[in-house]
Order: sequence, then structure tokens, then C-alpha cells
Amino acid sequence: MKEYWQEIHALTMRWVRRLSRERFSMLFTLVQPMLFWLIFFGNLFQRAANVQVTQAPDYISFLTAGVVVMTVLNNGLAGGVDLLFDKENGFLERLMTTPIHRSSVILSRFIFVMTITSLQVLVILGVAFLFGVQPATGLLGIAAILMIGMLFGVGLTAISMAMAFSVKSHGDFFSVLGFLSLPMIFLSSALVPLVGMPAWMGFLARFNPMTWAIDAVRPLILSGWTEALPHVGMVVVVMLIFDALCLYGSVKVFRRAMG
Amino acid sequence: MDRAIAIQVSRLTKTYDGHMAVSDLSFQVYSGEIFGLLGPNGAGKSTTLRTLITLLTPTSGTASVLGHDTVREADVVRQLIGYVPQERAIDRFLTGREHLELLGALYHLPKAEAAKRIAELLKLVELEEAADRAAKTYSGGMKRKLDIACGLLPDPKILFLDEPTLGLDVQSRLRIWDYVRMLKARGMTIVMTTNYLDEADQLCDRLAIIDGGKIKTLGSPAELKVGLGGDIVSLTLKDQSKIPTLVSALTRQPAMRAVKATPTGLDIRVESPEKALPAILESANRLDCQLEFIEYHRPRLDDVFIAHTGRRIQDETPNAAE
Repeated sequence: MKEYWQEIHALTMRWVRRLSRERFSMLFTLVQPMLFWLIFFGNLFQRAANVQVTQAPDYISFLTAGVVVMTVLNNGLAGGVDLLFDKENGFLERLMTTPIHRSSVILSRFIFVMTITSLQVLVILGVAFLFGVQPATGLLGIAAILMIGMLFGVGLTAISMAMAFSVKSHGDFFSVLGFLSLPMIFLSSALVPLVGMPAWMGFLARFNPMTWAIDAVRPLILSGWTEALPHVGMVVVVMLIFDALCLYGSVKVFRRAMG
Repeated sequence: MDRAIAIQVSRLTKTYDGHMAVSDLSFQVYSGEIFGLLGPNGAGKSTTLRTLITLLTPTSGTASVLGHDTVREADVVRQLIGYVPQERAIDRFLTGREHLELLGALYHLPKAEAAKRIAELLKLVELEEAADRAAKTYSGGMKRKLDIACGLLPDPKILFLDEPTLGLDVQSRLRIWDYVRMLKARGMTIVMTTNYLDEADQLCDRLAIIDGGKIKTLGSPAELKVGLGGDIVSLTLKDQSKIPTLVSALTRQPAMRAVKATPTGLDIRVESPEKALPAILESANRLDCQLEFIEYHRPRLDDVFIAHTGRRIQDETPNAAE
């Protein structure tokens, strides 16, 4: 057990070091493009968005939940990138010849991605606060938002890592990533609530786990516990199923890739 | 003399999607020797190496390292070996020291023990000054040295080197050879792949020539060369009409293995030059054959490779795309 922890700690610290070595990457990780969605998109659509539809005091406070979950989505889907590079340059092979638990590599990645994602979510909530968005459920609500983000992120990161191990080249990886990301966002309740969508898009959005996550985060920010709790309960169930499916599929891939 | 066996490979076969990378390979590596797997790209030497270091599971057959099966006892094997992958298995954002510290943790070394070994290794590979710089500032030779330090960190019984000098300049190359010889002198067993003939010739105690997934021949470089049928003495005669006389005179002598007439003289395969040269000169004198030129040529590993595979090592493998 002590050895297991020593491995996970060393591997996690490697991801942290890598990030801290790249000043620009570090900066852009914290001041991420997602902030632009919040600041520009949020303010831009302030008058274009119909308050009757969004059921929120202003569009930016409606959008905050969407941007929070979009951050989780992007981080999760990109979570396997570093393993992809490790695979391509042979570093992974070096790790695999050491007497470590194979799962240490995967777990270190989960820990790192979840930590970075949580920090980014806090930055987004902080910036939203500057624009007057105050989470209705307070600090406990923020903790619940982080938990939802992690539940969603685990499954996404698992998919991303499995993809990193399966693709032939990193070109393939980034193509799939680019292809997945936008439909996931548009076919969710991130920008428009389900009731405000064309029927067919709303129908598809119901099958998007992202929608469930957003519909739980949103009342935590806008309404309060009484309205949020049923959604939070529901999202936990949905996410556990989602994670179980993702992990089941990816563990097979990990086993094959790492022996 | 019975020598301790470090690695035993028995009837190893590995297929990928119906393509046979390695087929029915059997060989042994003795403790304390430098063993080379020589062959062109795609010959199966990397597959063999990667099976030994537990990265691949054989389709059939077995491999054992110091008596431990590479599949069933993979974790034990991993404790005993060090691996130096092909170039660039380096995290460009980490410093040299951080690479070694990471591996120290992955081999579960206590901090103090790790720090001591790291200091020793950095000194050994002359990277002390660069130890705290990010690896992206390293030259090709420095990265290779760091690779080797990483392979040595677990203090392995057996070190595996995959193409240790691929793409290096001459100086770095010689430096790496020095390290390998020094490690052998310390008693380490070394297994390496290479597609450089001179490297195999200079460095390896024994080597297996692999082509098309099969071992074509195996032995020490000297044995392999002798196995070809001896050194070659080429004579050029002043008077070419005397060639047949000299051929028939030499053919009967025991020190000559084969005598062949050429347009300007003779090519003679000899077992040992010490016995053959005096006899040749003596016969030439006795028959009054004046020699214009005499050349003595030892078979090179190139000749061995061509004799066993039917082509030069630089040629593409036959099944590779044109």
C-alpha cells in the first residue's frame, strides 16, 4: 500500500511539474478559453436571450452552469493527451518496465485532471461572481458543483485515456476530440434550456450526460437547495451509470495496452 | 565450461494480426556477457527484446529471465532488469535529476538510497552539471546518457539496450561503447539490439543474427567469421601463365581450405594465416612464380551477414513496401 502511494504520488507530481514548467501553458490553463464563453457569450446574449425561456435573472447567470460543465467536458476529453505523447515517445514503455501497479499511471492522471478541473471551475465561478452571479446554495453548493464535475470528469477522462491508447496517431486523437466537443455542447442545455430548443435537438440533448450535469448545477447557482436537491440526486445516479460504462470499456483497453 | 544462464528463450513465437514477427526462436544468454541481437529493421529483434522485458506476451513459447517467467512472474522480472529504450524516451520538461527521482519512486527506493544512487549515476554518465536543467536543453548524446542512467537506476542484474547508438555522432557512440564495456567489467549481463555491424563486432561477446523473425546464426563474432571458411589471401602474379601451376601446387596442401584462380592470380581461403602464408610463399618461390601483390583479408561481419541472410543489412526487408 505504501509502495502504491509512492508510485501514484511520484507520477502525479510529474504531471504537476510538467505543467508548471510551461509558463504559457500554465497561464492559459487557468485563464482558459472557457472564460471567454462566460464573459463574451454571456454578455453578448444578455439582450438576445429571452428571460421567459432561460428563467434566470440574466443570461450570464444562466450560462455559468453551462460553462462550468463545458470546462469539465473539455478537460476530461483532453485528459488523455499527455498519455498519448508518453505512448508516442516511448516514455510509457519505460514506465511499464518498472515494477509498478499498472493502475498507478491511470490513477495519477485522474487525480491530476480532477484537480486542475476543480481549480478551473473555481476560477469560472469567481469570474462569474465578478459579474454578479452569486451561487444561491453558498459554499456547500460550490462543493456540490465540484463533486458533480468530478463525477462527470472521471468518465470523460477514462474515455480520453482509452482513446489515447487506441488511436494510431495523435492526428486521429485530435480529430475525434474536435469532432466530439462541439455537438456535445450544442446538444446540451449549456446555452439554451431544453424547453427552448427545437424539438429534435431537445430530444437528442436528453441523452447527453452533460445535460443532466448542467441541469443539476444550474439550480445550485440560480435557485436554492429545495429545487436543486432532486436534480443533484438524479445526476449522481446518471453519472455513476455513465462512469461505470466508461470505466468498463476503458479498463479493457488499458489492460490490452499496458499488459 | 558450464556457464550460468541469465536468459532462456524457448521456441518463442509472436504474431501480430496474422503477421509472424518472431518465429520459433530459441537461445540462451549467459551471465556476464554482452549479447547482441543483430538484424535489419523489422527483423524481429525488437519484438524479442520487448518480450524479454515483459512488454509483450508471447503467442507461444516462453522466455525466462534469471529463472523467472516473463509472463507469469513479470513483476519479479521487472525488479531485476533495467531498460534503455530507443532514443527520446524522455520527458522534455523534466530535468535529468527529476527523471531519476521519478524512477527511484517507481522502483520503491527509500529517498536517501535514491539520492545516493542518483548522485553516483549522474557522475558516472557525466551529467552532474546538466542535472538540474530541463531535458529539452540536452543534446542527443546527453539524452542517451540520461537514458542509460535511467536504465541503471534500479541497479539491475541485466541491462537491456535497444539500439543504443542509433543516430548518435561518432564521439557519443564511442562513449556509449565505453560505458557498456565498463558495465560488463562490473559483472552486469547486457542484451542489446543493433543494426550496426561494427557495433555488434566491437561490443558483443556473442550475437544472434536475426532476419525474417528467425535466428540465422549465433556465436561470437570471431566464431561466425571463422565459420565462413577462413581468411582470404589474394595473390597477383607477374606472369599469369603460371597461375594453373601454383593452383595445383597449393590445392594439395593442408593449410589451404580452398584455392581459386582469378584473372590476375589466386584467391585462397586459409584457416590460419600463420600456417598458410609461409607455405604459400615457399611454393611460389619453389615454382619461380614472382608475386606482384599480396593481400590478406579477414572476413568481416558484413560477409557473415550476407552469407546467412543472402543480402546486405542496409537492404530493405523483402516484405517491406517498395
